[in-house]
Amino acid sequence: MYLFQIIPHILLLLLMPPLLLGVINRTKSIFAGRQGPPLLQPYYDLAKLMRKDAVFSNVTSWLFRAGPVITLAATLTAALLVPLAGSPALISFNGDMILFAYLFALSRFFTAAAALDTGSSFEGMGAAREVSFACLVEPALFFILITLARLGKGLSLTDIFIALTGMQWMQGGAVILLLAGAMFVVLLAENCRIPFDDPNTHLELTMIHEVMVLDHSGPGFGFIQYAASVKLFVLGAFLVNLLLPFKADNPLYGWILFIVCMLLLAVLIGTVESVMARLRLVRIPQLLATAVVLSAFAMLLSLR
Amino acid sequence: MIEIADQLLVLVLLINLVLLGTSRLAFAIRAVAVQGVILGIIPWLLHPFSVHLALITICIVLVKGGLIPYFISNAVKKARIRREMEPFLGYLPSLMAGAIFTALAFLFAEQLPLAAEHRDLIVVPASIATIASGFLLITTRKKAISQVLGYLVLENGIFIFGLLLGEVMPFMIETGALLDLLVGIFVMGIVINHISREFSSIDTSRLQALREE
Repeated sequence: MYLFQIIPHILLLLLMPPLLLGVINRTKSIFAGRQGPPLLQPYYDLAKLMRKDAVFSNVTSWLFRAGPVITLAATLTAALLVPLAGSPALISFNGDMILFAYLFALSRFFTAAAALDTGSSFEGMGAAREVSFACLVEPALFFILITLARLGKGLSLTDIFIALTGMQWMQGGAVILLLAGAMFVVLLAENCRIPFDDPNTHLELTMIHEVMVLDHSGPGFGFIQYAASVKLFVLGAFLVNLLLPFKADNPLYGWILFIVCMLLLAVLIGTVESVMARLRLVRIPQLLATAVVLSAFAMLLSLR
Repeated sequence: MIEIADQLLVLVLLINLVLLGTSRLAFAIRAVAVQGVILGIIPWLLHPFSVHLALITICIVLVKGGLIPYFISNAVKKARIRREMEPFLGYLPSLMAGAIFTALAFLFAEQLPLAAEHRDLIVVPASIATIASGFLLITTRKKAISQVLGYLVLENGIFIFGLLLGEVMPFMIETGALLDLLVGIFVMGIVINHISREFSSIDTSRLQALREE
C-alpha cells in the first residue's frame, strides 16, 4: 500500500457518495421531463444540515443521540473493507466479509433502536418493517458471499475480488450474472430504493426507512443522510467489483473506469426508479425471496 | 461451445423459476416460448453439424417458439383471462418448492452413474429439475392454461434429456414427438375454449361438478 494509492482511495470513499444520489435524482428528473435539482444538491443539503442546531425530544434517551453516530461509524468502517478500482481495501483480513455484512446489521440495529426510543407509533412501524425485510435480505447476502468465497478461493473481500478475473467469466458467467442480479436486488432493498421503498415519499404509512428517521434533525440527520449515501456507494462498489474484474495497468485508468462504472450504476438505479412503481408491502417479501433463490442457485452451480 | 450450452441451460432453469413465480399468463406464455427457442439452439452447440440436426432444430424453434405460443395466447384471448388467481399452492411456496427441487436434482444427478463426458455438463440435473417444475405447475395450478404450460415445461425437460442422445435419436421419433405435442396443444386449446364457454371460467377444480350423482 503506497500513499498515492491510499489518498485517492480515501478521498473517493468520502467525497463521491452524495454525488451518486445527485446522479440518481438527475436521471429521474430527465425521465420525468423536469429540470431537476443540481447534481451537487445532496452536498448542499448536507452542508445545510451540518450548520443547523439539533432538536432533541425530552422523552428520548442517549440511544436516540447515539443512533446517527454509530450508524455513520459502522457504515464508514464497512466502507474500509471493500476494495475499490482494483486497489486493495484499507483494512483486510481473513473473514472480513462477515464483519462487512454485520456492520450493516449493527447500523440497522441502532437506527431501529433510535426509532423505537422516540416512542412514536409511526417510527415503531417503520422499524418493524425495516427489520423484517432485513431478515430476508441477509440470507441472500450470505449466499452471495459464500459463492464469492468459493469463486475467489479466499475469505476476505480483497482476496476474492483480486482473484476474480476474466477466467471466471469464461467458466461460470452464469454464476456471476446470477450473483449480480441478486446483489442488485440486495442493493435496492438495503438502500430503500424504489421497488422496496420510495425515498421521496411523504406518507408515513407507506415509508420504511424514511419514517424511522423522522425525529432526527440537524447534524444527526445529516449523519444519517451521509451514511445512507455511503452505504449506497459501498454496495454499489461491491457490485461493480463483481461485474467488472478490471486490472488496469495504470492506476489512473483504473480509477477513471471505476468512477464511470459507479456513475453508470447510479443511472441504472435512477432508470429502475423511473420505470417501476413501488411494490405493495405484501409483494416485497416475494421479490426478496426471489433474490435468495437466485443467490442460492448461484451457490449450487458454483459447488459443482 | 460446451460452456455456452451450460450457461443456456442455467437460463432454462431460471425460466422454470420465473414460471413458478409469476401470475401473469401472457408473460408465462412468452417465457415458455423463450425456453423452447433456447432448447432449439442448444443441440447446435453440443453436436457437430448435420442436415438431420438442422432440420430438427429449425422445426423445434418454429413450433415451440411460434406455433404453440400462438395457439395458447389465442385460447387466452378467447377465454378473456389474464391472471392465474388462486393456485392450490401460492407463488412464493411454489417458487421455493421449485428451488428445492432444483437443488435435489443437482444432488441426485451427482449419484447417477453417468458417462464421463456427460458428467461435466448440467444436462441431467437441468432435465430432472425442468421435469419436476413441469409437474409442480400441472399439479398446483387451477387454470387449464397454466396446466398446459406445465405440460410444455415437462416436455422441455424430457427434450433436455434427449440432448445427450443427439446423434442416435432418429429423426422420425423427434418429429413424431413434436407433432404429438403440437396436436396436443391444439386440442387443449379447443378444450379450454369449451370449458370456458360451459362454466364461464377455466377453473379446472370446477370440473368435479360434472360427476354423475
